Amino acid sequence: MIEPFVRHTGAVAALPRADVDTDQIIPKQFLKRVERTGFGPALFSDWRFRPDGSLNPEFELNQPEAEGATILLTGANFGCGSSREHAVWALREYGFRAILAPSFADIFYANCCQNGVLAVRLRPEEIAEVLRRHAAAGGDYRLSIDLETQRVADGRGFAAAFPIEAYRKEMLLHGLDEIGRTLLEEERIAAFERGTRNVERGTEGRISVPRSDFRVPRLGEGS
Amino acid sequence: MTPRTLFEKVWDAHVVHRFPEGPALLYVDLHLVHEVTSPQAFAGLRQAGRRVRRPELTVATVDHNVPTGDRALPIEDAVAARQLDALAENARDFGVELFDLQSPNQGIVHVIGPELGLTQPGMVIVCGDSHTSTHGAFGALALGIGTSEVEHVLATQCLVWSKPRTMEARVTGAPLPGVTAKDLILALIGRIGTAGATGHVIEYTGDAIRALSMEQRMTVCNMSIEAGARAGMIGPDDTTFAYLAGRPRAPTGAAWTHAVEAWQELRTDPGAAYDSRVTLDAAGVAPQVTWGTSPGMVTDITGSVPDPADFPSEDERRAAARALEYMGLAPGTSLAGLPIDRVFLGSCTNARIEDLRAAARVVRGRRVAAGVRALVVPGSQQVRAQAEREGLDRVFREAGFEWRNAGCSMCLGMNADILKSGERCASTSNRNFEGRQGRGGRTHLMSPPMAAAAAVAGRLVDVREWAWEREGELAAS
Ligand code: SF4
Repeated sequence: MIEPFVRHTGAVAALPRADVDTDQIIPKQFLKRVERTGFGPALFSDWRFRPDGSLNPEFELNQPEAEGATILLTGANFGCGSSREHAVWALREYGFRAILAPSFADIFYANCCQNGVLAVRLRPEEIAEVLRRHAAAGGDYRLSIDLETQRVADGRGFAAAFPIEAYRKEMLLHGLDEIGRTLLEEERIAAFERGTRNVERGTEGRISVPRSDFRVPRLGEGS
Repeated sequence: MTPRTLFEKVWDAHVVHRFPEGPALLYVDLHLVHEVTSPQAFAGLRQAGRRVRRPELTVATVDHNVPTGDRALPIEDAVAARQLDALAENARDFGVELFDLQSPNQGIVHVIGPELGLTQPGMVIVCGDSHTSTHGAFGALALGIGTSEVEHVLATQCLVWSKPRTMEARVTGAPLPGVTAKDLILALIGRIGTAGATGHVIEYTGDAIRALSMEQRMTVCNMSIEAGARAGMIGPDDTTFAYLAGRPRAPTGAAWTHAVEAWQELRTDPGAAYDSRVTLDAAGVAPQVTWGTSPGMVTDITGSVPDPADFPSEDERRAAARALEYMGLAPGTSLAGLPIDRVFLGSCTNARIEDLRAAARVVRGRRVAAGVRALVVPGSQQVRAQAEREGLDRVFREAGFEWRNAGCSMCLGMNADILKSGERCASTSNRNFEGRQGRGGRTHLMSPPMAAAAAVAGRLVDVREWAWEREGELAAS
């Protein structure tokens, strides 16, 4: 079960950088845990903390006005690089429910959805506008995000619509168990596995790839 | 029948179901598993009382977190050891084959899949690792997934995925001597940017791609993710079949003949349309070196560090300025001649046997420069054994390189192999992100011959000039 996301209003923290990769979001030294929890304190670790372990006062999320923020406002291609879902676990545990950016890396976007974190794509000029408003508000800037109507608004004149695929929207709104949902298609999966498309039986006009009786042979078996 | 691309053929052959809300349920032929992104997925299965649907289509190895020193010694890092133990226990409980630290087949997951012949054309292959794109070199649709998706695939053998767009990257002409597949892909990323192929699957075409060996094709497909693409593909051909023939897990006998017939269909039909296209003239590519903190921040070794002020957008100016500060570089500095402290020959991009051979050719009879620490970490124990049969380990050792056991090692620095803050490294890996190889470490990505030459020179050099007396040999690499 993922945590549902229907609507959310919260304080905004800005990290106006492009291409923030998942190595920054959660550095590799924290990837040794076998749980899904415990990553929040390590979020942006190399940026948040100085080498001696003290807080880096210059980092955006360490500004007093970023405290308690639940919405992260950032640059293009957020979450690029490594597929580590730990990045989303860290963001969620730190307190973020939604991330607004002009674009996201594909794997990261999918990982967000799996964890009830809403990745909101706005147009670059809309992100720029929100950044301006955030800066002008001097630390007191909140946004409301409504997934049902697919709208973001600040209650002070800014409003924008965002796209999301119907499947992901459903999943987030209802906090679906995706595996459970897929298993409802058991018949279809089994039928596919019985498959007509395998090399031994051949097919007409379709691509044949080893399929239903394809099995990874144990070492030495093949030769 | 409408002409289809290679990607569309593989996609169509694997659609189990189309959800009315958009995405497809795609069947997975091979699921590769490693220790870092799988423990939470197995825990999820346990919690829900689920099993692995097709354990025989699932193969696990340990790579990210493993020590590359003496395998007889116990693992010092207790947390890392716990993660390795967790995978062993999960593999045992769920009936999944595991190549552990003691296995002669252990190695980086993207090196051992092809090497064992597990990776085959036309398959859908997934792994909880973004460089799964490597396997696309065989005409497979291979992509990295997150841990929740790993759990989903374990439980259902299917992946939910919305059909991506397609991009053709056509590379024509013949690269000059000293220019490798790594340079081609770096040049391409430099051109389209690190998000240039987001939402797309890239198909690499053109005579320059056809002329590449399988190992070089893997280098190219490996870095598709660095251009934002979740997968990169190359249509299988005789080069592919020759590589696969006789591999331990490849089909044999009649099954092999049938398989090759089927695989021959896996090519883009004439007239099939891609959503976008990009072209690159291989003859115009020089050896590439990154100067910044993303693989797109790359230029010719004959070039110099750019001035952030020259970038067109505010975002790029800011990113370039940050990168230069992190890298400790001033605008206008020429890249050739930049002193380095460390050299890393390794990773799923460039630690296969051909890579080691190419680097050894440069190194043979020479010495690593004083003050430089250089590391060779073969991609797999098989690669290591092969290199030792060929005497390459001696070449490296005599030159002053450390010769290690297989693993990801300093590509991501999860084990003890890391850069110290401020150290500059010539690396054959795929990511030069801030802190990737160790906090404060400065990574310059390049090809194996370039990294090998840097080790000997103690600074970045243009391998074409530097090894001019060996040009014939370089051309053969
Ligand atoms: S070698 Fe590097 S890029 Fe490849 S799988 Fe390992 S950590 Fe990832």
